[in-house]
Amino acid sequence: MTEIIVVTSGKGGVGKTTTSASLACGLAKRGKKVAVIDFDIGLRNLDLIMGCERRVVYDFVNVIQGDCTLKQALIKDKRLETLFVLAASQTRDKDALTAEGVRKVLDDLIADGFDYIICDSPAGIEKGAHLAMYFADRAVVVVNPEVSSVRDSDRILGLLASKTAHAEKGDTKVQEHLLLTRYSPRRVATGEMMSVEDVKEILGLDVIGVIPESPDVLSASNAGNPVILNAESDASMAYEDSVARLLGETLPLRFLEEPKKGFFARMFGG
Amino acid sequence: MGLLAFFRRSQPTASVAKERLRIIVAQERSSRNAPDYLPLLRREVMEVIRKYVNVDPEAVQISVEKEGGHEVLEFSVALPEKAAG
Repeated sequence: MTEIIVVTSGKGGVGKTTTSASLACGLAKRGKKVAVIDFDIGLRNLDLIMGCERRVVYDFVNVIQGDCTLKQALIKDKRLETLFVLAASQTRDKDALTAEGVRKVLDDLIADGFDYIICDSPAGIEKGAHLAMYFADRAVVVVNPEVSSVRDSDRILGLLASKTAHAEKGDTKVQEHLLLTRYSPRRVATGEMMSVEDVKEILGLDVIGVIPESPDVLSASNAGNPVILNAESDASMAYEDSVARLLGETLPLRFLEEPKKGFFARMFGG
Repeated sequence: MGLLAFFRRSQPTASVAKERLRIIVAQERSSRNAPDYLPLLRREVMEVIRKYVNVDPEAVQISVEKEGGHEVLEFSVALPEKAAG
């Protein structure tokens, strides 16, 4: 059984691509066969985060238009045996992506025995975002504890409830999860930032992960090595937990509280 | 956090954010499945009301509620308090 998961948010810059890359790596680390697809036509970036930008020969639109086979366009990850990346095209023609074309690619991946297909959605609610979510069985809504991100997420939840194949057929509901990123326990403690509970209450969804604000995320992007692969990082451990929860495990949320510091460290910065 | 930052700590605004979001999200959810003409209807009704009473745009709430088998167009206008004097 293949599961199609869309990583979406509405708002840009909240960590969709970082999350797509880390979830894909985490699932592949557990032996799942995973394809991660960049739906951001014209603004390809997943390849950079995955560190395979120089190995892109064919892209998503090439496959849809029949310029190459799906096999030729799938980039095999160098770190994980069962992980494949399908890059977005850099064309300016937004109509290059069609529902029929996307369906064909997904059907071929399903026939090829993939366990998971991660669709990395572009920001906004235009065609790319629409098609990224259209065929999804599950959705990971990435949200920052910040007003515009939370509002946009709710807008996306509305679209997931009405503008997907499952919603149109009326069979099963797309399973929705929240994933909070850039979470700062210190600022939550001082009342400057909304807490996990606040966001959960407003959006009314279960939380599949809380990723603490961490300098390791930028370092990971810089190096093209998804942050989940940096085992020492809090962000990595938080993503690992999220992957486990995606697979049905029940784990308590971690990194919701600021690590305790001594008196001197608090007074003089540490 | 250093000594200076300790004294310059910013105001706790998370509760304000939460309250604002609670209201706007509820409002947007109620209009999500509403007919397209609703915003225009609201604007026109507002204009009519304003000929008689000067109400704040925030004081006018319009929504479509599903009750049993039929839909109800609900309109609520909070009138301003009488001006002093």
